[in-house]
Amino acid sequence: MDRSLLFQQLANALSLGSLYALIAIGYTMVYGILRLINFAHGDVFMLGAYIAFYAVSAAAMPWWAAFAVAIGLTGLFGIGLERVAYRPLRDSPKISIMISAIGASFLIENLGVVVFGGRPKSFASIPLFDTVVHFGSVSVLSVSLFIPVFTGLILAVLLWIVGRTKTGMAMRAVSTDVDAARLMAIDVNRVISFTFGVGSLLAALGGIMWTMKYPQLNPLMGVMPGLKCFIAAVIGGIGNIAGAVLGGLLLGFIEIMVVAFLPQLTGYRDALAFVLLIVVLMAKPSGLLGKRQAVKV
Amino acid sequence: MKKRNAILTLAAAALLAGLLALGSRYLGGYAMRILNLSAIYVVLALSLNLLNGFTGLFSLGSSGFMAVGAYVSALLTMSPEVKEMNFFLEPLAPALAGLRLPFIPALAAAGLCAALAGLVIALPVLRLRDDYLAIATLGFSEIIRVLITNAQSLTNGAQGLKNIPKSATTWTVWGTAALAVAFMALLTRSSYGRMLKAVRDDEVAAEAMGVNVFRVKVASFTISSFMAGVGGALLGHMITTIDPKMFTFMLTFNILLIVVLGGNGSITGSVIASIAVTVLMEAMRFLDGPLNLGLVKTEGLPGLRMVVFSAMLMAVVIFRQRGLMGDRELTWDALADSGLLPRRRKGGAA
Repeated sequence: MDRSLLFQQLANALSLGSLYALIAIGYTMVYGILRLINFAHGDVFMLGAYIAFYAVSAAAMPWWAAFAVAIGLTGLFGIGLERVAYRPLRDSPKISIMISAIGASFLIENLGVVVFGGRPKSFASIPLFDTVVHFGSVSVLSVSLFIPVFTGLILAVLLWIVGRTKTGMAMRAVSTDVDAARLMAIDVNRVISFTFGVGSLLAALGGIMWTMKYPQLNPLMGVMPGLKCFIAAVIGGIGNIAGAVLGGLLLGFIEIMVVAFLPQLTGYRDALAFVLLIVVLMAKPSGLLGKRQAVKV
Repeated sequence: MKKRNAILTLAAAALLAGLLALGSRYLGGYAMRILNLSAIYVVLALSLNLLNGFTGLFSLGSSGFMAVGAYVSALLTMSPEVKEMNFFLEPLAPALAGLRLPFIPALAAAGLCAALAGLVIALPVLRLRDDYLAIATLGFSEIIRVLITNAQSLTNGAQGLKNIPKSATTWTVWGTAALAVAFMALLTRSSYGRMLKAVRDDEVAAEAMGVNVFRVKVASFTISSFMAGVGGALLGHMITTIDPKMFTFMLTFNILLIVVLGGNGSITGSVIASIAVTVLMEAMRFLDGPLNLGLVKTEGLPGLRMVVFSAMLMAVVIFRQRGLMGDRELTWDALADSGLLPRRRKGGAA
């Protein structure tokens, strides 16, 4: 095996994996608090990328301002989404909330088609992210270097928030027992809004980084990454932030390596994640880092 | 009472047949096509409702089983010449190239193959529940789609199949739909149907009463896959072309919309919603075209129609979770009680 090819693929895998990880964190945070698969997370990701696109192209903002605006607006959107689509159903059967989430996902996608148009758009290149960096024989886009750094930083910040701050303590309390948390004078709604806000911020950041890496936008761009990152979150142990990062990295590595070294399986790339999901669910349903939960009768 | 209901059911079936005969004579091809499509959706909605509404298993895998059914029946009914025309990139596997069955046996084979796929998937997946089950079934339907896309010599891959015999006539689709309704009505009233509902309402209690929960779930999943396969096959024989892109999650979404709208666990609800949604989907096509709302004029917004339907799904789940019918049925007895039917003998509570 060619050494430089291996390093090249490792670099690709690291950047794809950390991108998956970034998005998977949003799933895992929401699931940890609400036990809800936020089906619309992938579409929030799409929305973030589009807002950044319009901020740069239509509002002519410098890219950093556009990114900040996009991330902020998407965070607010996530909070609004929870209010409209999930809060009214909090005490309903799980199936109802999931159906609402699926509905929300389709609604955002199709609104995207109506408002943004179905034709793909391409992001103007930003030199900081768009230059090719060489390390010996390995060459990567500079954005691929930024993504793992962002993911690492975010992981550290989130672990600090959840583990060391008062808000984090409230989050853990709500996740363990909503009613008991409420009795302890925790504003459950605020904690949930905060979680959705942070999750959506990260989705927006993921979406922007995704379009830096693959500079094409279309309203359905969030569907596949959304599903894959959910799978990454499950693999790592859903509800566990470090697990989501681990799952994302693992999924990225497996995808890249299989396609690189078993090219005859390229056509099956999109099925890989699902196969992995089913294997993990059969072998260790709580995921790699998840805690096993006993079912009370 | 029983006799009256049986007579009324037969009369209703005869009336439906008469209306369909009149329709196929006087309504245009387009209108009949939509009616036939709604019959196919009846079969598909009942298939999902059996899982979702009656057994309490939230599955999102319909489109995968439909794909299996559609491909099996298409490959079994196409003539050798048409097959040769279709498979120009890579020849069809020789075992299938010469094989040809009439439409009805092919339909049954499609159902059986889908049921087999369902059984194979059910054994591992049904150990999961709720949202995990939903994601795993969604994953399997996606895997089936990827397999079909890549099995060039078996399915013609991404090119799909063209010139499938147009055998899904008004009589076959409505006949199948009627069979599906009758089967579901009999099933849900039998002791087996009560077992399904027991599993849905409380697994532990059902197990304590001696119900083999896992077996009931697997059976329900397999039957549902059979129906989805037959529905998918009918769809293929109606549109006459199929390709892997047709069987995405989008298709499952449409069926889920119908089931939720009609009411989880209501057969008549599913039937009514199937017809209503199919007709509405067509009627609202104008939304995607140019609009003139007096003040606002649009150039045509493709996608607006689906916006309306997804908003509808959310509105139903949020404001009227039970859908149209809840888990109740529109039966002759219920009609009699509401005074819509003349009552000769003393019926239930007035």
